Amino acid sequence: MAILLNRNTRVLVQGFTGKIGSFHAEEMKRYGTKVVGGVTPGKGGQTHLGVPVFNTMKGAVRETGADASIVFVPPPFAADSIMEAADAGIKFCVCITDGIPSQDMMHVKRYMRRYRFEDRMKLIGPNCAGIITPGQALMGIMPGNIYLPGRVGIVGRSGTLGYEAASQMKALGIGVSTSVGIGGDPINGSSFKDMLELFEGDEDTDAVVMIGEIGGPQEAEAAEWAKWNMKKPLIAYIAGLSAPKGKRMGHAGAIISAFGESAQEKVEILREAGVVIVPTPAAFGPTVAGVLAEHKKAA
Amino acid sequence: MDIHEYQAKELLSRHFVHIPRGGLAYSPEQATYRASEIGGGKWVVKAQIHSGARGKAGGIRICKSDQEVCNAAEAMLGRKLVTHQTGPRGKLVSRLYIEETVDIRQEIYLAFVLDRKAERVMIVASASGGMEIEEIAEKQPDSIIRATVDPGAGMQQYQAREIAFGLGLESNLIGKATETLLGCYRVFRDYDASMLEINPLVVTRDGNLMALDAKMSFDENALFRRPEISELRDKSQEDPRETFASDRGLSYVGLDGNIGCIINGAGLAMATMDMIKIAGGEPANFLDIGGGASPERVAKSFRAVLGDKNVETILVNIFAGINRCDWVAEGVIKAIREVGVNVPLVVRLAGTNVEEGKRILAESGEDVIVTDTLAEAAEKAVAAWQAVTMKKAG
Repeated sequence: MAILLNRNTRVLVQGFTGKIGSFHAEEMKRYGTKVVGGVTPGKGGQTHLGVPVFNTMKGAVRETGADASIVFVPPPFAADSIMEAADAGIKFCVCITDGIPSQDMMHVKRYMRRYRFEDRMKLIGPNCAGIITPGQALMGIMPGNIYLPGRVGIVGRSGTLGYEAASQMKALGIGVSTSVGIGGDPINGSSFKDMLELFEGDEDTDAVVMIGEIGGPQEAEAAEWAKWNMKKPLIAYIAGLSAPKGKRMGHAGAIISAFGESAQEKVEILREAGVVIVPTPAAFGPTVAGVLAEHKKAA
Repeated sequence: MDIHEYQAKELLSRHFVHIPRGGLAYSPEQATYRASEIGGGKWVVKAQIHSGARGKAGGIRICKSDQEVCNAAEAMLGRKLVTHQTGPRGKLVSRLYIEETVDIRQEIYLAFVLDRKAERVMIVASASGGMEIEEIAEKQPDSIIRATVDPGAGMQQYQAREIAFGLGLESNLIGKATETLLGCYRVFRDYDASMLEINPLVVTRDGNLMALDAKMSFDENALFRRPEISELRDKSQEDPRETFASDRGLSYVGLDGNIGCIINGAGLAMATMDMIKIAGGEPANFLDIGGGASPERVAKSFRAVLGDKNVETILVNIFAGINRCDWVAEGVIKAIREVGVNVPLVVRLAGTNVEEGKRILAESGEDVIVTDTLAEAAEKAVAAWQAVTMKKAG
């Protein structure tokens, strides 16, 4: 069953008829994702890529029974689209858009609190590569062929570094249950901890690889949670060893501004929590293989 | 995006935050004229650069005559000021702010930041102003007051009052402090700031509350809706390498090493830089060419990286998802032929159309070291750089 996404998930595309939305919707369909429709305000009633277009998310959900959506809407309007999805009853939303103002995301997070926790839409992103359950479905922009179906979960901020990890694992015959990109922004929908909780409860996942980076409190928070609650092996890498303090490294969130936010400090915190550290970005494959072998022996 | 002190003060003063009287000067003559306009017999001449800790670096001087103002201005203008925040290159002083002096009774620290844990705007205040916040956190941790603002409702009067009383202000100053705090919040919210720091906010002898300094940064993702803030950008305060790249839509950060990097994705870029360091080298830059990189964009990236004269080797690492390795390879060849790459070049390609990309590089006849893995790429780049260094050393 993996986490959040499988072959039965019914997906709507927000920002459907635009160039980017169309391109990736097509890729997602080709991978096997059940794309049931899309929304572009003003283009309702048309058919695009063989599925219906709607003016509003409420209308789209009513007609298609969709339970998930992916947002390709430009940054000035993306926060609005996320809230529209939540209000239409979508349970799982992926926002790919890069460049959403922080205050807009602050409002999104505040808005979501109007729903009880159990009913609240789960949001992945923004500024992320999306999510893939290899062999089943893809909601995102990653190349599907670099992932082997399997039993290791991946959660990371960065897209391409996640590809690097997955392909190193594939080279050693290690497959992935689900790979999630939570995005590089300072305020995002789901944290590392949120994803670890889901992987811990997923019967198709045996171990989890967490790919963090400099900046923000989320890796430390995840370490603290894993220390007390996680039984499955957790393997982590933190990017940004060579990053100087106070400089923003591409991602809006990748800036060291407080104690515990540098790569070295995060590695220390994780190690103390009993997390296995991937020593270099070239060692994802061997480190995961080692942990799995040990786990098998222990079992 | 950062702005200057005088610009931040101007914004704040429009929202009921009191500031000392002052004026901007681009020349020593203007500086003395500003001083005479302000009147009195004592002024502060402040270098306007995007950095704190200016005082210790000689960027803030108290002057007691026209002549002193003129001398101070002459000494500062046109020079680079190096503080512990600017890095060794320093920042050019081309504007001065001349201000009246005030008699200080108490110094307060006040900041508004975006708190990532609370996912809200957080107010940080301390009665131990004048010091930097790290120093306060270390020496007077109990003096730090924190409050977060509900983005739905905005900052409330009572929150401002709680902070004012928490700072130990006298009752006749509570009203002024509340007005100041609410004004700061409004500026922060209405202009999409990411940081606002007033250090110090002072209580004057005559019972006023004034911002003696002000630092502000803004969310670059929100500049599209804040044209009045975009106009305040001062490119002379930025690393020229970074300005060149950002004008071309590239995400670039200049560093002090010798191995230039061209990579797609911020995380992979950081990881590749780490790998260079582990292999014994130092990265010259962070550069994320982003998704959908055309050959032209790759060539532009080479221009940005080679604009740094310290670059002695280039490492290209592309893991193509929405990118295409064949386009990147064409871009690399284009760069070699049009830009001219006279340093060793290591290229690692993976993902979409990788075989096609490698074929283009191999058939070009150009001198490119092609590798398959990240580890190999970093090792070969460092080895190539070391060979260059050895050759130079003779």
